[in-house]
Amino acid sequence: MTVTDADAMHGVDVLFDTTVEAGDGWTGELPAGSRLRIVDLCGNQAVDTLFFDAHDYTNRYSAVDTVREQGAAYLTTGSVLRSVDLDPLATIVADTCGRHDTLGGACAQESNVVRYGRHTRHQHACRTTFVRQAMAWGRGLEKRDLTHNVNFFMNVPLTRDGGLTFEDGVSAPGKYVELRADRDLLVLVSNCPQLNNPCNGYNPTPVQLTGWRT
Amino acid sequence: MTATDVRYTHEIAAGAAWTVRLGRHRSLRLTCLDDGANASVLMFAAADPLERLNVPDTLKAQMSACVRPPMVLMSDMGRALASVTGSSLDWHDAVTGHSTDALVEARFGPSSYAADRNGWRRSARAGLLDELWKHGLGKRDLHATVNLFSKVVPGGDERGSLAFEPGHAATGDWVELRAEQDLLVVLSTAPHPMDPTPVWAPARLRADVAAVPAPGADDASRRFRAESGRALAETERSLA
Ligand SMILES: [Zn+2]
Repeated sequence: MTVTDADAMHGVDVLFDTTVEAGDGWTGELPAGSRLRIVDLCGNQAVDTLFFDAHDYTNRYSAVDTVREQGAAYLTTGSVLRSVDLDPLATIVADTCGRHDTLGGACAQESNVVRYGRHTRHQHACRTTFVRQAMAWGRGLEKRDLTHNVNFFMNVPLTRDGGLTFEDGVSAPGKYVELRADRDLLVLVSNCPQLNNPCNGYNPTPVQLTGWRT
Repeated sequence: MTATDVRYTHEIAAGAAWTVRLGRHRSLRLTCLDDGANASVLMFAAADPLERLNVPDTLKAQMSACVRPPMVLMSDMGRALASVTGSSLDWHDAVTGHSTDALVEARFGPSSYAADRNGWRRSARAGLLDELWKHGLGKRDLHATVNLFSKVVPGGDERGSLAFEPGHAATGDWVELRAEQDLLVVLSTAPHPMDPTPVWAPARLRADVAAVPAPGADDASRRFRAESGRALAETERSLA
């Protein structure tokens, strides 16, 4: 139980505590005020994540509105994850990694073909995981609801001359990020199976998701 | 200048929204008629609007933090939607979204048709949603816009600070897109949400739609990066 690593468990109501294997996904609800901790168990593992207002899926996470409203491209402690209506969905309250991406999007079978060639067309990819998660969750979720996501533990630096690259992660085994839900949320997670770039250190590994109410 | 066979021209009012159906191998050339223009653009495959522009896929495949010639604008399905065949500017923002009514009202105060007639300050979001609705689309179909004529520079610092560059586009600046498949292009000429101009000062654009040749083997967009060429090839293969 990762919560015990840093927190006294007195009075903590654990909502879920689960290991998500490499290439697997997770869907769940997070009530307003509760916490979500994502632990990069083995290091350098991208965790692609989507957030929705649990009561109105059209009011969903917006990467570009989040980035503009904080005036900075990377996410870390203090970053407010905003919806298309500019509502705060969640706030990053702790971060031992230091930098997370939200402009690189999720890998897909189709974009893998563009990036790496047609031989990657049938490799597993995050958007396939999101599709499976959305299908299993149901409740009206469709393809058009799969919007631009957060990539926890991923390092995608932007440069003054307009460059953007996928760099080796700044994460390491045991690094974690912790979020506070600012309203009732639906959360979709894909633990990235990408093998063709350094976002998972060329070896996708499990992560731990823990949700609790204080 | 590739647009010689101009089929029609349309003036897009300042602070307005517009939809253009752009057939394959038609170009859309937008020219600024005033200083400080912005066009927040959404793009969909006309044959199936569930396939739409994906800015993260476009940027990461071409290792760019902005849109500039001769990049290929890619869909979420790994196909080329359009190529940026030319521009007088080397930077078009794609990472900071578009204005909303709340942002516009907070900056410039309330506005209405009754008070301001056709000078009514409508945000890019409001205009884009109006246009999307006409095509059976809506809020769930919003995605990261390309903000043509606007420049937002990353600081290269620890947090990746983003700064709007005032005065980037002047009257006469232009950009040209070539449709690689039949498209629905939805845009708003409302100012960029980070534009610090203290008064509401949207700019007009002229749109020229022309017939252009299909990209050849030596096309600049096809040869820009292997990824750009593969996205074009995927579109061509799917329409073969
Ligand atoms: Zn992935």
